[in-house]
Amino acid sequence: MVPRVARVRRRVRDIADVWTLTLEMEDGEPFVFAPGQFNMLTAFGVGEVAISISGDPSKPEEGLVHTIRDVGTVSGAVARLVAGEAMGVRGPFGAGWPVDAAKGSDVVIVAGGLGLAPLRPLIYAVLAERKSFGKVVLLYGARNPAEILYRSELEAWRRRLDVDIHVTVDHAESDWFGNVGVVTNLISRAHFEAAHTVAYVCGPEIMMRFTTSALRDAGVGDEAMYISMERNMKCGIGMCGHCQMGPVFICRDGPVFRNDFLRPLMAVKEL
Amino acid sequence: MEGLERILREHSFFSGIKEDYIVLLAGCAKNVRFEAGEYVFHEGGTADQLYLLRSGRVALQISAPERAVTIQTVGESDIVGASWLVPPYRWGFDAKALELTRAISLDATCLRGKCEDDHDLGYEMMKRFMPILLQRLQAARLQILDVYDIHN
Repeated sequence: MVPRVARVRRRVRDIADVWTLTLEMEDGEPFVFAPGQFNMLTAFGVGEVAISISGDPSKPEEGLVHTIRDVGTVSGAVARLVAGEAMGVRGPFGAGWPVDAAKGSDVVIVAGGLGLAPLRPLIYAVLAERKSFGKVVLLYGARNPAEILYRSELEAWRRRLDVDIHVTVDHAESDWFGNVGVVTNLISRAHFEAAHTVAYVCGPEIMMRFTTSALRDAGVGDEAMYISMERNMKCGIGMCGHCQMGPVFICRDGPVFRNDFLRPLMAVKEL
Repeated sequence: MEGLERILREHSFFSGIKEDYIVLLAGCAKNVRFEAGEYVFHEGGTADQLYLLRSGRVALQISAPERAVTIQTVGESDIVGASWLVPPYRWGFDAKALELTRAISLDATCLRGKCEDDHDLGYEMMKRFMPILLQRLQAARLQILDVYDIHN
């Protein structure tokens, strides 16, 4: 419940209004987490916000990494901290991406916009044990070319010969020679064995809904899809009730859920 | 002709279609290629072809003063061109090859004539077109929603 103090070691601008901060815990203890988990970050004197961890879970010694969009009072205060400044960290919280569920299968990762940030630890984990998986496919959709997150890393992953990466944008000027169209369009172009595929999806809820539908059409079962919900998380520990979704608390029982469980809940508009 | 029939038969758009229709459709078909940067057609032009892409990529674009906006890219196994189906048969967008693109083009007048002569063929064509058009309509609606906008 009590935040640990962390100091910003490094602050990098990814795209407009989005910053990746590398933090060092003041107590010197490395921060251990599972892919898909999140922390409650405190901007002292301002407030607290739930932010997914976006670093490499196998390298806690390299610092705690968060990618934050400067979009609100608290997230803005956190994103604007510079090297040496302090913030509070509570966590890690939540059920993360079940990486082992995909061992022996093809892996399809579908990210939309900033949804690539919570998926990046999963990507690191899969690539660290590449031989344990079949085909690995990453499909990424962004708003426009200027808002492609982690661009240099995407290019590095693409240079590997064992990962199939497709990127698309919703809108582009004519000087963009990449794909234009919604990310769901990429699913039919990717090569994977649907019956032996595990999919991981993160992005805006509308995008996730249409993506899981398109994956279903491609032959991937709901029981083989995992999606990360990020609604209204305020306390991180299932106490305040803000993130309640039917019978579950997103902060405590998620944010990652299997889609055969989640799909009926997402169909209820009042939830 | 045999080569065109094989290509038509193997293209996903005609997957499962009767062999008789392949022979019939081959009579409307020819091989075409577009170099990178070459326009397949221009907005407002006569929509007189259906293109089945074999390789390469095409950008569907709308021109605005001093700029062009790409609204969708299509590639291998996709089709380009639906305006030939609906009067007044005018292209609604520009289509520009982003890289060397090879395709089969089917003459629209020939296609429409054969569909009028054989309504079963016409229905087969519609059954193939409608899922593509529906998927593109849904995709366009998603694009309009601008789901990645932070204010949404």
